[in-house]
Amino acid sequence: MATIFGLDYPTLWFLVVGGLFSGYAILDGFDFGAGAWHLFFRKEESRRIALNAVGPVWDGNEVWLVIGGGALFAGFPVMYATLFSAMYVPFMLFLVFIIFRAVSIEFRSKEPMKWWRATWDVAYSISSIMLAFLLGVVLGNVLQGMPIDHEYEYAGGPFFEFLNPYALMVGVTTLALMMTHGAIYLLLKTEGRLYTKLTLLLRSGIIFFVVSFSITTLYTLIYIPHLSDNFQEDPALFIVPVLVFLSIANIPRLAHKRKYSQAFLFSSITISLLLILVAIELYPNLLLSTLDPQNTITIYNAASSEKSLGIMLTITAIGGPMILVYMFFVYRTFKGKVKLDDTSY
Amino acid sequence: MEVEILARIQFAFTIAFHYIYPPLSIGLGLIMVIMEGMYIRTRNKEYETLARFWTKIFALTFGLGVATGIVMEFEFGTNWATYSRFVGDVFGSALAAEGIFAFALESGFLGVLIFGWNRVKPWVHMVSTVGVFLGSMFSAVWIVVANSWQQTPTGYHIVGEGLNARAEITDFWEMVFNPSSVDRIIHVWQGAFLAGAFLVLSVHAYYLIRGRYVEISTKAFKIALGVATVFSLTQLVSGHRSAVVVAEHQPAKLAAMEGHFDASAPADMYVFGWVDKEKQKVIGLRIPRGLSFLLHYDFEAPVTGLNAFPLEDRPGQVNAVFQFYHIMVAIGMFLIALTLFASFQWWRGRLFTYRWLLWIFVFSVLLPQIANQAGWFAAEMGRQPWVVYGLLRTSDALSKSVTANQVLFSLILFTLIYTLLLALFLYLLNKKIKHGPYDEAKEDGRPLQEEIADAVIGKS
Repeated sequence: MATIFGLDYPTLWFLVVGGLFSGYAILDGFDFGAGAWHLFFRKEESRRIALNAVGPVWDGNEVWLVIGGGALFAGFPVMYATLFSAMYVPFMLFLVFIIFRAVSIEFRSKEPMKWWRATWDVAYSISSIMLAFLLGVVLGNVLQGMPIDHEYEYAGGPFFEFLNPYALMVGVTTLALMMTHGAIYLLLKTEGRLYTKLTLLLRSGIIFFVVSFSITTLYTLIYIPHLSDNFQEDPALFIVPVLVFLSIANIPRLAHKRKYSQAFLFSSITISLLLILVAIELYPNLLLSTLDPQNTITIYNAASSEKSLGIMLTITAIGGPMILVYMFFVYRTFKGKVKLDDTSY
Repeated sequence: MEVEILARIQFAFTIAFHYIYPPLSIGLGLIMVIMEGMYIRTRNKEYETLARFWTKIFALTFGLGVATGIVMEFEFGTNWATYSRFVGDVFGSALAAEGIFAFALESGFLGVLIFGWNRVKPWVHMVSTVGVFLGSMFSAVWIVVANSWQQTPTGYHIVGEGLNARAEITDFWEMVFNPSSVDRIIHVWQGAFLAGAFLVLSVHAYYLIRGRYVEISTKAFKIALGVATVFSLTQLVSGHRSAVVVAEHQPAKLAAMEGHFDASAPADMYVFGWVDKEKQKVIGLRIPRGLSFLLHYDFEAPVTGLNAFPLEDRPGQVNAVFQFYHIMVAIGMFLIALTLFASFQWWRGRLFTYRWLLWIFVFSVLLPQIANQAGWFAAEMGRQPWVVYGLLRTSDALSKSVTANQVLFSLILFTLIYTLLLALFLYLLNKKIKHGPYDEAKEDGRPLQEEIADAVIGKS
């Protein structure tokens, strides 16, 4: 099997998909987080500023979902097919909320009526909360494993099986993390009374995250021991959870000093590290079968052909740097505090 | 109802709704590039006003296009798991290229295009507009490549057997340049240019009739009329070339398009008609042996008909394919006549003297939209019973673990949401149009974009 830097193609593509997912979680994560806080802002102007903080970037961020989903489809079609048909209901709800979020941002400020804006504000905030939560719920289900039969088909119940205690916990933790992340992003984009209010909200957000993260971690260690296997085999990997805790601890420290750019860096790093943790826990599996370990979907039995992966790696190597260049350009254009003008939402 | 029919209805419904928006974005993109280019060349504020106005409407169509577009990607996995496993290896590279080269370019620059008017220099803004426009064109390329591969697959081999069979890519460029992709990409692009141009024509025709924004509306109308005339003519060429490819590679689809049943005989062409599948006859106005001539430049050339195929390999809805195809062609012909007539009046200097002509343009906005939809319905229903032509049947492509109730639930959900979305879209579009490109009272004192941008850049 062909390798680059000693890694085979499925492993490389696993890293690409992981990178795209963490890019998405970091970028749309602060959008979701900002949206989740939306109803905490009472004044019309505050809400408009908060909305315009994500205004120019949310749909560029959503691209990472399209690309990440496409990358999973392209590289691991078996995983894509099984995961999406198994998690039918959460993914359909995700679609509904992602449409509602887009539409709320787009339509909210187009009419002056109070009821119109209040309705879209609620729709925007609930969508953002549910999107973060549902991402966590799906992740929770993947971490636990699912009933997968010998043809890699999902063999569980159709409607509500995705709502199990662990998935709910991961869902809440994801929401809490994104709310922390989003509050920090808004702090970078606002000033005055809204800024002051956000410093208080961030404090609650951090507490919310630390508590839910601790409970989820405890549950994982006690009830889902198979996720620790890779760490037992290679103790050097223990550095990753240590880094996670250090990175989390850095957030309140920097927030206290009002160094929000650095705090934002660390909330982003935290998201990446948590996904690296997930990647280590799973590798080389993608989806554990709870029926028979033989049926587990791995990066090898789910992968596209070496030829196909090779082409996609080439495309990524050419296109990836281009994306980073124009993202840098866009964020530079809109850096600094939000100023409302005639092009704003 | 069965999973298959529900899943097909859901996919058709969600993609048809989605397809209202991307063609508008591509077409408006082209017109915005021209308007902004004119502004940079002439420094005429009117072009800037136009570009800004259409950017706002573009933002609306683009936002809805993104929001409704992710749905199909998800549906591949949720509803069509077997299909996803089958095509994943081949589609992978096309979709990866779409996401990385096209969509990222588009969405990246979109922020600057919409919110950057007051923040960057005119040429930087122009670059963003061109970036977004090119991004949307490339998007169309990769999506149509993937779809064309489903119509005329090449550059692959089949691995595995029965239900576990899947296509694996053997040659990337052969997959990209499969027999139908180039003609279909051009056909789709031009359909999109027409959709955008006719929206611009409609809105500015309305202003002209009402006597509002007359100066800028004549300018915008002429730009859009130029675009519409050129592309409704060239659309005829790409349409013809596509039909020839269909005849060669998907004979059953072509036979359904013209209701041709005889296994091998010279074929008629219909201006309009109704297919009686039982009696294997078409009732309507026909050009005897017209299809034979069109395909082979020979009235006697035999064309493969539906009876050459076993019943289970023929499209199920022959009359529907026939009708959709003929609606598309009829609209195409009408648009050629309309734009040529209008251009002739423009040349005579009488374009804006006929109110009735302007009224026709006001309502013509619907025609390219209908033609685009009808064309896709003909293409997709004509490919049935296959989802990948000759390789994978639609009935085998479903998710085995998904139940009819789940699909019904999501179908109802999408119907409700999309109804709401369409209502909101039309409401806001109407409002933006009523409001117009600028506040007439305040227009004179407004500084040029360049001056505003310089002031902002100077401060920071």
